[in-house]
Amino acid sequence: MNRVVITGMGAVSPFGVGVKTLCSSIWQGKSAVEFMSSWQHIKGLNSFLAAPVPSINVKKLIKRNLRRTMGPMAIWSVLASREAIKDAKLTQDELSSNYTGVIIGSTTGSPSIYEEFYKEFLPKESIEGIKSGVFFKIMGHSCAANVCLDLKIKGHQWATTSACTSSSQAIGLGFILLKMGIQNIIICGGADEVHPTVTMVFDILKAASRKNETPKITPRPFDKNRDGVVCGGGAGILILETLESARKRNAKIHAELLGFSLNCDSQHIANPDTNQMANVMLDAIKEADINTKEVDYISAHATGTSKGDIAEAQAIKKVFGKNTPTSSIKGHIGHSLGAAGVLESIVAIECLKKQQLVPTLNLEDPDPECDIELIQHKIVPHKIDIIVKNNFALGGVNTSLVLRRWNSNDG
Amino acid sequence: MTDEQIKEQVIKVLAEEFELDIEDLKPEAKLYEDLGLDSLDAVDMVVALEKNFGMKMTDEEALRAVRTLEDLFNLIIKLKKEKE
Repeated sequence: MNRVVITGMGAVSPFGVGVKTLCSSIWQGKSAVEFMSSWQHIKGLNSFLAAPVPSINVKKLIKRNLRRTMGPMAIWSVLASREAIKDAKLTQDELSSNYTGVIIGSTTGSPSIYEEFYKEFLPKESIEGIKSGVFFKIMGHSCAANVCLDLKIKGHQWATTSACTSSSQAIGLGFILLKMGIQNIIICGGADEVHPTVTMVFDILKAASRKNETPKITPRPFDKNRDGVVCGGGAGILILETLESARKRNAKIHAELLGFSLNCDSQHIANPDTNQMANVMLDAIKEADINTKEVDYISAHATGTSKGDIAEAQAIKKVFGKNTPTSSIKGHIGHSLGAAGVLESIVAIECLKKQQLVPTLNLEDPDPECDIELIQHKIVPHKIDIIVKNNFALGGVNTSLVLRRWNSNDG
Repeated sequence: MTDEQIKEQVIKVLAEEFELDIEDLKPEAKLYEDLGLDSLDAVDMVVALEKNFGMKMTDEEALRAVRTLEDLFNLIIKLKKEKE
């Protein structure tokens, strides 16, 4: 079985383009959450909060004949992929090898393009006036297909579609393909857009934050006064590679991906299940061939919902006890669904490199039911070798990744 | 609308739709080879022209025969006259 390392990272986040922009904003304790005044006309909606990606002029960055089939999420995936392959210093020959693949997940295709299409189609039930690029922007594998076309990929193309675990599944599938020797390099991650139809999913379930007057103090993962999710947008990409391939190219290694596990709880379509959350962490640790005491930090999924944060905290306590430092970056960038797992992994890798832990923004008064070691208020210097990164999705999907710090003398 | 006005309008629509330089939109320019358009663009070109000129372009055989910008001018002029 091959060892798997991370040799490149790319991001488009609510803070803008680039991994550097994302991490420096997180380290400065910024919030990207805004009041969405353009949603105020929507009847029945209670949450007018989101962390959208700022507008990016891509006319000169992406040629028209490629851009014509991309909605915003595919555009961000392309920009993040380009940043990641530049970071990894991959050549065109390496990209166009049959052993380099792409796996990018999202909840759906572009919701903003769905809206445009149905606005045109429904009033007269007519497809006259619909342009050729529409389908390619709304199909489930829009991000993956457009990135493949942009980078001239010849290997695998996959799109993992499971809402909040779309990108952690993409990373996990990449891990499996590399470990098994089916591919040598995988460009993987996920993307999603801010759109009222996304927020309303949580709003209908009474799980979206309603702190409309105070957007900068919500969401509040693990806090007693949390009142739900704030959706965000973005795209994140990791370059995963077998250690052998990375060594052959003399590539810079950011971290090692030691383990991945995926399970489903099948108890309830929406409610979290503590036991299966605990089991997915235990299985990922087993896969990584380490023990729970070796885990230095948990990058939590914690979205700021009443049930989800407690279920995760209890699962963490069950597996690790109450002393393993834990935080969530959803207070900074909201819940970017398909991009969440990968953007959080990028921040976790930055924690490994800096040997610092990031606090949960807006965590002021920890919920006693979340009785674990929660990082609050400030960046904490800490020796970190191993991180567990959790993500959970509606539909009962649970994932855990295990990341390990890379030292240049590691073998 | 005069023939010249129609030609100017076609050029404007194509330049905008496909982000082309007006200087490249010469009558002899071949749509695929010289202007770099492809089958998806051909669909979008019809949508944009129909919208702009307020008429349907349903004769697929006539559309398939269009090779150059001049062919396109002639087709639009013909359709415009038929409509009037």
